[in-house]
Amino acid sequence: MESIQQQFVEILGAEWGSMMFSLATNMTFIFAIVVPLLLGVAYLTFAERKIIAYMQIRVGPNRVTFFGIPWLRGWGQPIADAVKAIMKEIIIPTGANKFLFILAPVLTIMPALAAWAVIPFSPELVLADINAGLLYILAMTSMGIYGIIIAGWASNSKYAFIGAMRSAAQVVSYELAMGFALVCVLMMSQSLNLGDIVNGQQGNNLLNWYLIPLFPMFLVYLISGVAETNRAPFDVAEGESEIVAGFHVDYSGMAFTVFFLAEYSNMILVATLTSIMFLGGWLPPIDIAPFTLIPGFIWLLLKIAFILFFFLWFRATFPRYRYDQIMRLGWKIFIPITLVWIVLLGAIMQLPESIRNVFPLNIWF
Amino acid sequence: MIFQDILFYFFSAILIASALGVITVRNPVNSALLLVLSFVTCAGLWLLLEAEFLAITLVLVYVGAVMVLFLFVVMMLDINLDRLREGFWKWFPFGAMIALVMVMEISMVLMGKYFGHEEIPIPEPKGADYSNTKELGRLIYTEYVYAFELAAVLLLVAMIAAIALTLRHREDKKSTDPSKQVKVRKEDRIRIVNMPTEKKE
Repeated sequence: MESIQQQFVEILGAEWGSMMFSLATNMTFIFAIVVPLLLGVAYLTFAERKIIAYMQIRVGPNRVTFFGIPWLRGWGQPIADAVKAIMKEIIIPTGANKFLFILAPVLTIMPALAAWAVIPFSPELVLADINAGLLYILAMTSMGIYGIIIAGWASNSKYAFIGAMRSAAQVVSYELAMGFALVCVLMMSQSLNLGDIVNGQQGNNLLNWYLIPLFPMFLVYLISGVAETNRAPFDVAEGESEIVAGFHVDYSGMAFTVFFLAEYSNMILVATLTSIMFLGGWLPPIDIAPFTLIPGFIWLLLKIAFILFFFLWFRATFPRYRYDQIMRLGWKIFIPITLVWIVLLGAIMQLPESIRNVFPLNIWF
Repeated sequence: MIFQDILFYFFSAILIASALGVITVRNPVNSALLLVLSFVTCAGLWLLLEAEFLAITLVLVYVGAVMVLFLFVVMMLDINLDRLREGFWKWFPFGAMIALVMVMEISMVLMGKYFGHEEIPIPEPKGADYSNTKELGRLIYTEYVYAFELAAVLLLVAMIAAIALTLRHREDKKSTDPSKQVKVRKEDRIRIVNMPTEKKE
């Protein structure tokens, strides 16, 4: 590292050299995050098709393979799908607002990728270790909605517009519950830095994870996350049985694929955040020999995969929510629960030491 | 320093252009989207001022929630711009007054040396571990707690008023009551009848 920095300084001069060096290192880190993420998205679609197929007693994709190797049958499917999507023509409807029509998928994928900047993969491995990490995540995920609204409006189509309106109302409502659930997390950890949040869950075993004292918040966060990513059973924005494909009904080819990529990378993001904030991030479940030998990064991946399985499981088993039921769940159930939990948590934190020792919740503070 | 200067001029140029666009563009949806752009670039400028909490909150609250609802309404309503422009001369004196106050404030900043601004020490850049979230929290909940609570009560009053003005109970609506639906048991709805099969004649 040092010698590369020296070379940069020699070639470009003291001021520009160090600046260009930090730019180059950051770009390398960004590629190191984004490329595996996109591969993960590709194979998440494969996992989804396979898992849902097995749940419905089917086989799922089992044809495309690499170099004719028989036991890899099906594993080439995501690559074949990607090639197909790139080859397809992007059709822009005549009545559409061309600029916004093209801008919408870009605005959807941008926050979905930008939010990964502050995710800590292990104690040292984080691109931007900023103080206000949790706030940054909230701000980025709240911007994802623009792509959907703009797509629905710019398509100049009724189905797309209905999908966009549904999605806007739904995402704004669930964002509140999600934010309040995260307020509980930051009250426990007393920090907005995601690395500090994981370190706050450090202990001998998984009883120290925020999952246990904040169990209702875990459920609220996970369900709001499903709603926020417009996944089944909250996929009224797409609602293929009612409004064809919702906001992206007029998109084709790569423009559609970008929406698809954004949806799946948002799923992975929500799963990652859930594992960081409630399941102890890179921490092993029990601090004894066989578990501590596995690197923290692997633990994080396992937890992400565990949460992602829930997403696929939900899709295979739950019927789609009716729109008024979605709104009721968000406003009348989740927000009251989170508000009560915040007050309760604050009250426990303010209790004098002697009472807190008797109080059962105390062992986690 | 030069990199920060480039960023400053970059954000400022976009901010000014998009803010001009908000008031000149004919299509209300484009105008609202340009307002979003100006909020985002404004947040970028605040980040340069080391006000990361305020910058991220600006994006979170205004871009992520307020403007989404704003766009929602603007897209749904078919706004007639000619009617909006009708009252221009009627409201012109009021708008001009606000503009005058703004110009005075800006000129006070720009001509700071006549108002003794130069005596105020230049704020020192803070270290990387300095959290202005904590600092703001401490100020809000100690020194400015009454102002903070007053603002909160004001918002609560506005919220309750908005709900009270728009909430209407209709007698003839047919919405379902989920708690009643949950309470329903099999016995309330169906009756199982045991019938002997009929003999074929």
